[in-house]
Amino acid sequence: MSVAEDYSYYTSPEQNGGIAMDLAVDGVTCGGCVARIENAVRSLPGVTEARLNFTNRRLHVAWRKEDLAPARIVSEIEALGYKGRPFRATAAEEAEAREVKNLLRCLGVAGFGAMNVMLLSVSVWSGNVTDITAETRDFFHWTSALISLPAAFYAGRPFFRSAFEALKARTTNMDVPISLGVILALGLSVYETAVHAEHAYFDSALMLLFFLLLGRVLDHAMRRRTRAVATNLAALKSDTAQRLKDGEIKEVPVAALRTGDHLLVRPGDRVPADGRVVAGRSEIDESIITGETAPRRVDAGASVYTGSLNYSGALRIEVTALGADTLIDEIERLLAKAAAGRSRIRALADKAAGYYAPVVHSAAALTAIGWLMAGSSLHYALVTAISVLIITCPCALALAIPAVQVVASGALFRSGIILNGADALERLAKVDTVVFDKTGTLTSPDLRVENTGAVDPALLRTGARLALSSRHPLARALAREAMTSAPFDGVVEESGRGIRVLIDGQEARLGSLEFCGLPTQSVSSDVSLLAFTHAARSAVFEIRQSLRPDAAETMNALRALGLSLHIMSGDRSLPVSRVAATLGIESWHAAMKPAEKIQAIEQLKAKGRRVLMVGDGVNDAPALAAADVSISPSSAADIAQAHADALFLGERLLPVVQALLTARRARHLMTENLWLAVIYNAVAVPIAVIGALTPFIAAIAMSASSLLVTLNAFRARGRGVT
Amino acid sequence: MSVLVYLVPMALGLGVAGLFAFLWALRSGQFDDPQGAAIRMLRDDDIQSASPGHMNG
Repeated sequence: MSVAEDYSYYTSPEQNGGIAMDLAVDGVTCGGCVARIENAVRSLPGVTEARLNFTNRRLHVAWRKEDLAPARIVSEIEALGYKGRPFRATAAEEAEAREVKNLLRCLGVAGFGAMNVMLLSVSVWSGNVTDITAETRDFFHWTSALISLPAAFYAGRPFFRSAFEALKARTTNMDVPISLGVILALGLSVYETAVHAEHAYFDSALMLLFFLLLGRVLDHAMRRRTRAVATNLAALKSDTAQRLKDGEIKEVPVAALRTGDHLLVRPGDRVPADGRVVAGRSEIDESIITGETAPRRVDAGASVYTGSLNYSGALRIEVTALGADTLIDEIERLLAKAAAGRSRIRALADKAAGYYAPVVHSAAALTAIGWLMAGSSLHYALVTAISVLIITCPCALALAIPAVQVVASGALFRSGIILNGADALERLAKVDTVVFDKTGTLTSPDLRVENTGAVDPALLRTGARLALSSRHPLARALAREAMTSAPFDGVVEESGRGIRVLIDGQEARLGSLEFCGLPTQSVSSDVSLLAFTHAARSAVFEIRQSLRPDAAETMNALRALGLSLHIMSGDRSLPVSRVAATLGIESWHAAMKPAEKIQAIEQLKAKGRRVLMVGDGVNDAPALAAADVSISPSSAADIAQAHADALFLGERLLPVVQALLTARRARHLMTENLWLAVIYNAVAVPIAVIGALTPFIAAIAMSASSLLVTLNAFRARGRGVT
Repeated sequence: MSVLVYLVPMALGLGVAGLFAFLWALRSGQFDDPQGAAIRMLRDDDIQSASPGHMNG
């Protein structure tokens, strides 16, 4: 049965009358891949443009509509051995892309201004100690003003806007003192120029903007990169659904489904949307919803949920809920509550900003009052007070924390951890308790054959090769043991029972024990059996969800960090207790409902614990939102991913340790950087207060302190755990 | 020092030219794929197949 795939949902019209589509491509590792994919897609009929962005692994294709169906592009990429899936960029991602471009423009303008003004300033400084005439100095100052005022006005917009928003909301943030410092420095300089004074601070204002913008560009570029990876992951994971319409089956993206559509869910498929079974009978595995590993029997009238795995028979379902309302009511209600009640730890940067502004502003005021009382002129008192504000301009302070966040999230990104927000680092650093879900988190999301060692290797190989022909999840687990990717010819499938084929003239069967003519066995409920017979020989494979390969190692590493570990699972006692015993975790709870998970986490928090929740299921989502901080594997249900602070990629669990280590180091460096900024101010402010600050000293001090905290931030990269 | 009247605007003009070059590069997408640019530079398939309509960056 060939099924037509319909990707028209993802295409968008181009200006020249053609249409275009963006695809996330997986498996692109080198320049050769880029050329192979681009050339192959370009050679398709009607394609006018194909460009693979190697930075974010996305392919942009444009073509003449009548010449080509979008599905051809997807299958062409697949034929080359890569996986490509179309996607639609989210609004948040597009906004981030615009913001990065805007910041880069501001950075360019600030850099241009700072360099040219610095050129003029150096001349003035060296002239001031030799023989510059007052006219030449005024000319240089006015030229500086001509460059600085428009450049600072343009490049400072991101700060001015944010400061204005904060003031309007009657709060304060770091951008308020920054904006104030820049505006005062420029205002003072224009005034000083007009009265033919020796000192102007145009270069300080622009250099401040340049450094701060540099930090912000890096920050946003990092965020944009992680967001792109998250979107790609979602696109590559997004399955298609088989829609039945007018007796025809069409494969459509899940995003294009509507309520009331009838879908065909074959054995081995995941249920693409919440729905009700209209026809068919099967067993489905709902472990991603409930954590329960034993399959549930369903027939006509039963409800099925997105993400469950269909085991044995084909089902026809009617879609009842989609997208945002695809959640089970109870989970939805709990989620809203948990997310609202989440105690927000106040970010370090906000705390610093809270102390900073009042201290600095009162220091400036005291300086002015002090000089007035000492009998100096109002002009001199004001100039000195403003110079205090300029020198304390939070160059170092505003970079101290973002620089560390950028470097740390970059380091995590390279080791396969994607942070949803940089503030998660600070919360991760304080964690002292880790709560794990079992199914899909401690265990790997795929099923595995447990007793491969007990089966004759030749029989295992033959059975595994036969398993290649079945879509049943148990058979797929067995197929993973196959040494070849070539299935047998002439395999016959007996629906709901198993498959058979003739090998060397003798019949081989793979399926239930009954289908293979073997006596039934009783096993514990978390093990599934798959039987194989060939000639007179037979084997029974025991299949279950096995632990992630490095689960024990990860637990030991976490214990060594002094963390207390818990398991909270929705699965039954027996499998949970076995996993807990293997990993040496004493505190475990089984058969927990989502509400009970929240309760248990709230209890831990009430005892003063900082809780990290690691989970993947729909039933974990409320707990992920309730914990202080949360991590999900990238195989997790969408709703769990949406409420996790970080995602980790791949089969291994060790990234959780890596995330904690990096976060702790990052927090340490943030504090260190804040102290560096404090020391800088402790040295620089007295110089300004006594009125000895020249623009030359200001330039040196400000750039030196910025460089120092930035260089210190690079230590957040550290060495990874392997 | 009257030479400064020419030199300073000339220096500024050069700076502005650099700024506009940067803004143009930004607008035309030169910074969209920095890692890809490093790879494309080493590709030489455009030498063999200098076919028209070859959209190579």
